[in-house]
Amino acid sequence: MATGVQRTVSDQRTVDAVSVRGLTRRFGDRAVISDLDLDIEPGQFVALLGASGCGKSTLLRILADLDKDVSGEVTVARRRAVGFQAPRLMPWKKVWHNVVLGLPGKPDRDRAVAALTEVGLAHRVDVWPKVLSGGEAQRAALARALVREPDLLLLDEPFSALDALTRITARGLVDELWQRHGCAVLLVTHDVEEALALADRVLVMQDGRIGYDAPVDLDRPRDVTDPEFQRLRAELLARLGVH
Amino acid sequence: MTTTPERTRVQPPPSAVETVTLASERDRRPGRVPRWVLKTISPIALIVLWQVLSSVGVLDTDTLASPVTVAETAAGMWQDGSLQSAVLTSVLRVLAGLAFGIVAAVVLATLAGLFRRGEDIIDAPMQMLRTVPVIGLIPLLIIWFGIGETPKIVLVGLAVTFPLYINLYSGIRNTDSTLIEASETLGLGWFGQVRHVILPSAMPQFLTGLRYALGTAWLALVFGETINATSGIGYEMNKAREFFATDVIIVCLVLYAILGLVADMIVRGLERGLLSWRPAFSGQ
Repeated sequence: MATGVQRTVSDQRTVDAVSVRGLTRRFGDRAVISDLDLDIEPGQFVALLGASGCGKSTLLRILADLDKDVSGEVTVARRRAVGFQAPRLMPWKKVWHNVVLGLPGKPDRDRAVAALTEVGLAHRVDVWPKVLSGGEAQRAALARALVREPDLLLLDEPFSALDALTRITARGLVDELWQRHGCAVLLVTHDVEEALALADRVLVMQDGRIGYDAPVDLDRPRDVTDPEFQRLRAELLARLGVH
Repeated sequence: MTTTPERTRVQPPPSAVETVTLASERDRRPGRVPRWVLKTISPIALIVLWQVLSSVGVLDTDTLASPVTVAETAAGMWQDGSLQSAVLTSVLRVLAGLAFGIVAAVVLATLAGLFRRGEDIIDAPMQMLRTVPVIGLIPLLIIWFGIGETPKIVLVGLAVTFPLYINLYSGIRNTDSTLIEASETLGLGWFGQVRHVILPSAMPQFLTGLRYALGTAWLALVFGETINATSGIGYEMNKAREFFATDVIIVCLVLYAILGLVADMIVRGLERGLLSWRPAFSGQ
């Protein structure tokens, strides 16, 4: 099935964080992704929109090396981290232990504390994940991703399970962390406003490939009432088939 | 000229609302009987009833010795040392059997749980063998191992292996695949995943299996010791049968009960210590 797969991992920062050529992923007879090309520059914040079931999460899973049954050429940054829709913390490890899980060497508590402080969870270092609220758990997952100092951060609808107020705070936090860490981000979302509030570049996935690719040249922090913001929002919604 | 009819607001009388009291001072009122008192009343009442029936002669000593006689017998057995040595022998047998059983179950369940190949080779025979009643193996065990310590330890070991194996195996197989996936993105290798994700996730079910296994271990021991034993609690019990010494039999039964309770307490302590991360419902 997976014939002609070429998967290389790049080390140099000068190369793109993501480089995809002719990627195809089939589920049975149906090609969810067909002949897709995509490049993401280092440090670029890219939002990937698309109707539900269009394959955007599949693309993210492929870039995270969780889905290996593909054909085409996929090159991604060696240092990458993933944030899922659910926090996916190990319930049997204290929060700080979760943050540094998988890092080489002995669990470094100081490093975990620093990462947790960055996401505003300095007071939650020594608790079990079960006592965290939904927003706190998602922030801990973000700390776990960023402590790996990734060149590429893959986020799969990380805010969709949060309530509206928590979502706004979490969005602001991601913006702030991205500006500080300078890693490339691929944010899969179905929320047009979220995409426009955060991204340098917005992609819309259609028929298994990138159907729309446009830069977002708005000043940060983004203003929802800005006419240009409104125009882009209307355009994207039209692209997504919502009028 | 038209006049709009005056709107009337219908207001229900306050008494129409039915209320329930969810919290009140009454709940905290002192003078309520504490729960531990309530819990101990009925066992004590039963023992008192038993003593009364014995004293008035309804229960004769050959049927059932009275609680007082049982207590005196226990004291006597303690003084001549036969109680301690019987308990020690039995406990050592259970510990030895448990040690073998735990090692066997952990090795087999880990191989079957982690590897598809292991499952094919190990799981089918284990599922078949577990339907054999362990007690039914006693004649074979005697033929194979004689009447010494070995058949008793093997019997306990076998009784422990199956419940532990089944629980640990299903615990391993029920590991949340999204957590495995997450650990993969964190850079954990296969060993890391086993150590940090799969085994901790199987721990609750392993401990459930351990608790159940301890129960079956005592059961197997009772059988093992009442047949062809020359020491231990079961042997004392069997000897007592020949003399219609119901008091000794009761002392032995109480000893089994106490040892079973202690074993259960140890596992529950382990659960409290090892599973404090669990967001489980702990009862009302």
